[in-house]
Amino acid sequence: MSSEARSSNEEPSSGSAPSSAAPVRGEKSLTARDLRVEFGLPGGRVARAVDGVDLDVAPGEIVALAGESGCGKTTLARTLLGLERSTGGTVAFGGEPLRYSTKALKAYRRQVQLVLQDPSGALNPRHTVYDAVAEGLRIHGITDDEPGRVADALSRAGLRPPEQFFLAYPHELSGGQRQRVVIAGALVLRPSILIADEPVASLDASVRGEILALLLRLKEEQGLGALVITHDLGLAWSIADRIAIMYLGRIVEQGPVEQVLTAPRHPYTRALVSVLPGAPALKEAVPEPIVLAGELPDASRIPGGCRFRPRCQEVAAGRAAEVLHRCESEDLEILGPESAPHLVACHLDRARREDARDGGARMAV
Amino acid sequence: MTLLEFKDLHVTYTGSRGRIPAVRGVDLKVESGRTLGIAGESGCGKSTLAMAVLRLLPKSAEVTGEILLNGEDLLTMGWGRLRAVRWTGASIVFQGAMHSLNAVHRIGRQVAEPILLHEEGISPNEAAERAEALLERVGLPSSRARSYPHELSGGQRQRVMIAMALACDPDLIIADEATTALDVMVQAQVLQLISGLVTERGVGLVMISHDLSVLSEVCDEVAVMYAGSVVEQGPAHEVFANARHPYSAALGAAFPVIGDPASRKRPGGLAGDPPDPVRLPDGCAFRPRCAVAVERCGEEVPALLAVPGAAGEGPARVSACFVAQEGEPVVV
Repeated sequence: MSSEARSSNEEPSSGSAPSSAAPVRGEKSLTARDLRVEFGLPGGRVARAVDGVDLDVAPGEIVALAGESGCGKTTLARTLLGLERSTGGTVAFGGEPLRYSTKALKAYRRQVQLVLQDPSGALNPRHTVYDAVAEGLRIHGITDDEPGRVADALSRAGLRPPEQFFLAYPHELSGGQRQRVVIAGALVLRPSILIADEPVASLDASVRGEILALLLRLKEEQGLGALVITHDLGLAWSIADRIAIMYLGRIVEQGPVEQVLTAPRHPYTRALVSVLPGAPALKEAVPEPIVLAGELPDASRIPGGCRFRPRCQEVAAGRAAEVLHRCESEDLEILGPESAPHLVACHLDRARREDARDGGARMAV
Repeated sequence: MTLLEFKDLHVTYTGSRGRIPAVRGVDLKVESGRTLGIAGESGCGKSTLAMAVLRLLPKSAEVTGEILLNGEDLLTMGWGRLRAVRWTGASIVFQGAMHSLNAVHRIGRQVAEPILLHEEGISPNEAAERAEALLERVGLPSSRARSYPHELSGGQRQRVMIAMALACDPDLIIADEATTALDVMVQAQVLQLISGLVTERGVGLVMISHDLSVLSEVCDEVAVMYAGSVVEQGPAHEVFANARHPYSAALGAAFPVIGDPASRKRPGGLAGDPPDPVRLPDGCAFRPRCAVAVERCGEEVPALLAVPGAAGEGPARVSACFVAQEGEPVVV
C-alpha cells in the first residue's frame, strides 16, 4: 500500500500497538477519532465547528468530504493538517497521535501535504516554477539533488519535460499548468497523503477535468492517498472512492461513492442529490427535487437531538412521526470510519431498516 | 416584438498589446418569458456581452452592431433614455454579491435606491416598503432590510442582488454567473426563484454560466461561446446531452452526470487554454484544442450553420463546426 512514498519517511514509527481503540488501516493512514474543534465566540458562546468526526484516509484511496459552506469541512481539513488544534479527540498518522511541537509538525507535513485552492493566489508571481516547487525542500533542509527532486515532482504532476518549466513564471502558464505547479509543490516531499481543499473550484470548466485526472492518476499509479474537500458532488463522482457528507460539524452519511450518491439514505444527502442539475440517472432514487428551505444553522446553535431535524423534509412532511421523539431528543452517535459499509446517521433510516430486517429484533446501536 | 436582440455585435478592447477582439459577431435573440443561457469559459466574451447590453463597458471598448431592447437600439440611445432603461428595461445580477453591494449601507436602502431614482414622486417611505416587499419576494425576512451586507450569508446576499434587479420591474434580467459561488442547496433555491420569476412575471432572462449542466436545467435555449463567437446554439437540454460542437461536448463533460457509469472516475476535460484573442489561430479558433479537426478547419472559419442531428430534434440547431455540419460525430 505504501508504495514508493517511502524515500521521504525518516520516522517509520508505528509498528507499535495502535493508539486508542481505533483501527489502523496502514502505517501511512491518516486517522481522526472523535475529533472536535470548538471556537469561543464573543458573548461566551461556543461554536462547535467540528463536532465529533471519525475519518480515515489511507494511501491509494481518494476520500471526498462534501458539505455546504459553514459545515466545518475546511476547519476539519485544517485540523487534520495540524494548522488548527483540536479541542477533543485525536488526529493520528500511522497510529501515532499528532504532536504540535514545531519539529513534530514538520515531520508530519512531509507525509501529509496541503494543496491550495486558488493557484493564482498560492504561487508567488515573482518566483519561478523551480523556486515554487523547491520551497518545500528548502524548508525541510533537503539539499541533495534538489534539481532532480524538483524535476521529478513536476513530471509527476504532468509537466513534461520538467526542465522546460524550471524558469517559467506563473503568469506564463495556463490555469491548469499553474494548478499542476501547486500540486508539484506538494508532491516534492513525497507525501503519502494530500489534503486538497476545493482543488478545482477556481479553475475553468475545461481545465477542471485535467486536474481531476491528474489526482486520479497519482492515486492509481503512485498509491497516493487524498482527502478532497469540496461542495461539488460531481467532483466526488469523478474521482473519489469514498465520500463523507458533512452537516453542521458531523458526518451524517458515508460510504462508497456509488452507494452514497446513487442510493442516498440520509434526508440531507437525498436533498443534495435531488437538486443536482442534469442527472436523469438519479431520478429513480430521488424523483422530485427537494429544495431545503433556509440555510445551515450557526455552529454555535447546533439543534439538540438530530441536528438536521429543523430542516428535515421527512420531519416536515410528517413521515418521521414514529421516530420523532428520538429525532427531537437523541443525538446520533458518531459514524465509524470503516470504509466498506454505507453508514447513515438518521433515526428514521434506522427504524426503516430495522422494520425491513424484521419487526422484532431491535439491535442496540 | 423580440425583447432583446443582438445583431452582428462586435466588441473590441484596446490595450497595451493592441486591439483585442472580445466579442466577434454575435447574433442572438431573447423573447419575453423565455430563458437564454450563454455558456463558455473565462475570456470567451460572455460577460462582455452582458455588460454591452447596459453600456457598462469601459470607454476604450469599441462596440459595433446593434443591441435592440424592445426594438430600440441601446447603442445609439441618448444618455437620458439609457438611464431610464437601466433598471427599468433591463437589469443585471452580477456574480460577486459581496463586491457589488455597498458595505456601509443597510440592505433596505440599497434596494430602495433604484426605486427612488427611477420612479417619480415616490416617497422614501414608500420606497422602503417596496424594498421590504422585494426582500420577501426573494425569500428573505423583511427585517433584513436593516442589516448590513456583512451580516448576511453568501446566498442571502445573492438574493439581495436579485431583489435589486427586480426593483424597477424590468422586462429583461441578465444573470452573470449569479449562482456560481453558491452551495448546491442555495444554488437550487436561487435557481428556483429565478425560474419562478420568468414564468410568473414573463420577464426575459439571459443566464450566463460556465456550467452547462445548470443552464440545461434552467434555460430554454443555450448558446455556447468560444473566443468571442457563438459556436453552437440550440435547445438547452439537447446542447448538453448531445453536443454538436466539440467544444460544447468538452464543456458538458467537465461536469459529470452523477449516477452515469460512463462518467464515473473518468473526469472529462480539455487540455490547453482558450486562444490569445490578439493572435487567434487561422481557421477555426478551436482547432488547436480539437480532437476531430480536419484539414479544412485550419484554412477557413466555419460559419454558424444548421447541422443534421438526431431525429426528433428541434429545428434551430446550429453549430460552427465543419465536422458537425457534415453530420459526423464531434466526440472521439
